[in-house]
Amino acid sequence: MSAIKNAKVIEGSEAVALAVAACRPDVISAYPISPQTHIVENLARMVSDGELKCEFVRVESEFSAASVLAGASAAGSRSYTASSSQGLLLMTEVLYASVGQRLPFVITGVNRSISSPISIQIDQRDTMSLRDSGVIQFYAESSQEAYDLHIAAFKIAEDPGILLPVMVCMDGWVLTHSYEPVGLIDEARVRSFLPPFRPVDFLTPEDPKTWGSYAEADIQMEINYSVHDAMLRAKSRMKDILSELSEISGRNNNGLIEAYRCQDAEIILVALGSVCGTIKEAIDELRERGKKVGLVKIRCYRPFPYEDIMEAIKGAKFVGVMEANFSMGSEGAISLDLKAKVCNRPNMPLVLDFIAGLGGREVNKQTVAQIVERIETSFTQGQPLQEPAWVNLNSEIVP
Amino acid sequence: MKLNVGAVVKGKTSLNYHTGSWRSEKPVIKMDECKRCGTCAFVCPDSAISPQPEEGQKKPMYVIDYRYCKGCGICAYECPADAIEVVPEEK
Amino acid sequence: MENVQTYQQDELFASGHRGCPGCGLALAVRHILKATGPDVVVVTPTGCLETISSPYGYSAWGVPWIHHLFENGPAVASGVVAALRAQGRDHTRVIAIGGDGSTFDIGFGSLSGMLERGDDVLYLCTDNASYGNTGGQRSGATPLRAATTTHPAGACSLGKTEPKKDLPTIIAGHGVRYLATASIGYLRDLQKKVKRAMEFSGPRYIQIDQPCTSVWGFPPNMTMEIARLGVNSGLVPLFEMEDGRVIKVQKIKKRIPVTDYLKPQKRFRHLFAAECQAEIERLQAIADENIEKYGLMGNEGAEDDQ
Repeated sequence: MSAIKNAKVIEGSEAVALAVAACRPDVISAYPISPQTHIVENLARMVSDGELKCEFVRVESEFSAASVLAGASAAGSRSYTASSSQGLLLMTEVLYASVGQRLPFVITGVNRSISSPISIQIDQRDTMSLRDSGVIQFYAESSQEAYDLHIAAFKIAEDPGILLPVMVCMDGWVLTHSYEPVGLIDEARVRSFLPPFRPVDFLTPEDPKTWGSYAEADIQMEINYSVHDAMLRAKSRMKDILSELSEISGRNNNGLIEAYRCQDAEIILVALGSVCGTIKEAIDELRERGKKVGLVKIRCYRPFPYEDIMEAIKGAKFVGVMEANFSMGSEGAISLDLKAKVCNRPNMPLVLDFIAGLGGREVNKQTVAQIVERIETSFTQGQPLQEPAWVNLNSEIVP
Repeated sequence: MKLNVGAVVKGKTSLNYHTGSWRSEKPVIKMDECKRCGTCAFVCPDSAISPQPEEGQKKPMYVIDYRYCKGCGICAYECPADAIEVVPEEK
Repeated sequence: MENVQTYQQDELFASGHRGCPGCGLALAVRHILKATGPDVVVVTPTGCLETISSPYGYSAWGVPWIHHLFENGPAVASGVVAALRAQGRDHTRVIAIGGDGSTFDIGFGSLSGMLERGDDVLYLCTDNASYGNTGGQRSGATPLRAATTTHPAGACSLGKTEPKKDLPTIIAGHGVRYLATASIGYLRDLQKKVKRAMEFSGPRYIQIDQPCTSVWGFPPNMTMEIARLGVNSGLVPLFEMEDGRVIKVQKIKKRIPVTDYLKPQKRFRHLFAAECQAEIERLQAIADENIEKYGLMGNEGAEDDQ
């Protein structure tokens, strides 16, 4: 890996705050919840010190945090907030409504496990619960990637052909509270990359318009479809924007996925978030032992980049999805998304689902090796895994 | 016609929907008793009564726009001169 | 019909909305907007108002308007204010118009937050004492002993067991600079109060008693009459507070017993059975207390125009 230019060793939360500040939002709303609070605290400090000029609205709940963004966006302003876990669930209604009204804004979804039991450890059940909403979702592997993705996020959200909220997800603690070298982009270059937000429709007495109409059965389906359609058409535009950013940053942020050592891989793991760093290291070690393993890291999860994923996995025999989320009574979300796409297409690998890391359960290189072994043996022993495997589950204590 | 992105709608397009079809009875202003005070226009929940200048008259006359009048009868109830009569709607 | 069109040009809440015949809410909104003028953004939480004014393709709003959700009218308004200020467009004022279901109940937290932050929003609660949009369920604003669909009168029930939540007092506790109660029975007074409120900055609150022909059960032509009866019985005190002190009340020239107000409304009809006299007396006691508390009797300052 090449050294990062102009890198500063900073806390992940600070990196996000710097990215957001460089994008000059008009309105930021803030409500605390671990582990995102450092992000809004960093921004608050910048505002109090006069480094960042914006309207900083200290709200009384996450519901209101997101609602402030909806109002600000409808009035034509760039806006931002961050939340996590319970807070994201609380703002669910607002996110759905804002998608329907095509109100762009950016939210950092700092991943944390969901109550009950209450836990401040990490998994992705919180942001995954929003996958049906129409909010565009990115998952960052590192603080550097989180920094870069936030800058892209504003441009993507506000693109006249997209106009949707964008959520940049990043694992709590591991990314938000750790210190890594992060290369920063010059503010002038950010400003040339990101033009001011100029929506065609916004709240103004000069051209009074109405947001939030109610719909009868003759149009609701079409409005819903138009969101899905916009997300599908957004994929290529998003790739363009990410490439543009890569040119400016000098880093490779290209693509909705990253294919790592997939070309001749027999087993390909699919994952997202910070665990990808661990998986890449594990793959390097497994490769040294002669195993042909690769990783498809999902960078953009919604819209689901199935074309890119299928292109990367088509040569493999087996795909192991490693995910820290679950749709109770069914399977992991990513596995469901992928299986839906491959099942009717010929010559696609078999897809197995591994639930690893819920509630902060450790996932290390051994875990990855274990999973790869499980995939291998399940087929050589003629017992292909049909059910999702909950990795390192202590079934003896399950009530 | 294509739907608008985000279902955003231009203002005052409700004027294209004629709520007058809801009526089962309708108010009629008795012009010779009307004092032209404007109360009826003031109290109509549907803004269906408006002043219109009349030649040779200092005060405007008041005209009910039956495209929108729902026949609620508030105008008749509130008219200080009792100059509005509510009659059954002919169909 | 040219002059009708011109007239409609000035109306900021246009004809063609789907309000019930005799809708008190439509009346209130017409007059609120006459008082504010067109340089406003209006935010409305879910309720009767958004339903009657915004079926897709048929918006009654002659001002920029947003309906988002049920419980976040005030927070959305806070966001609009922040954006206008950031853009240097703050000559445009923000008002929020919400029903009692949203204001007293589900959106109460959002309202409290907005008030506490000191955001420059005039919040008007159009109070028909129920979840009117969904057929008249009980809300925190429903008065004592009113029948609603979720607390009907019946063999073991006389309707709502709790008195109406005293929201103006709670709002006053937030230190707002201007707070008033108003009534659609007194539209010129309503306009005056809105205009006065617009002279202040920061959060302001006006609660508008808004009889509802469909939910309360009275003939549609009596909407304003019922409003006046409520005021003159003492059950609906009209007052203005500035900087925490009551500075003006609407005096009752000719006081009426609460029964004159209750009798024409279906939602109180069950109280007129012989054995319910004590309940009517409880309501009378509330009226008496209001009259005492706000000093409502007398001739001075009484408004008897519309």
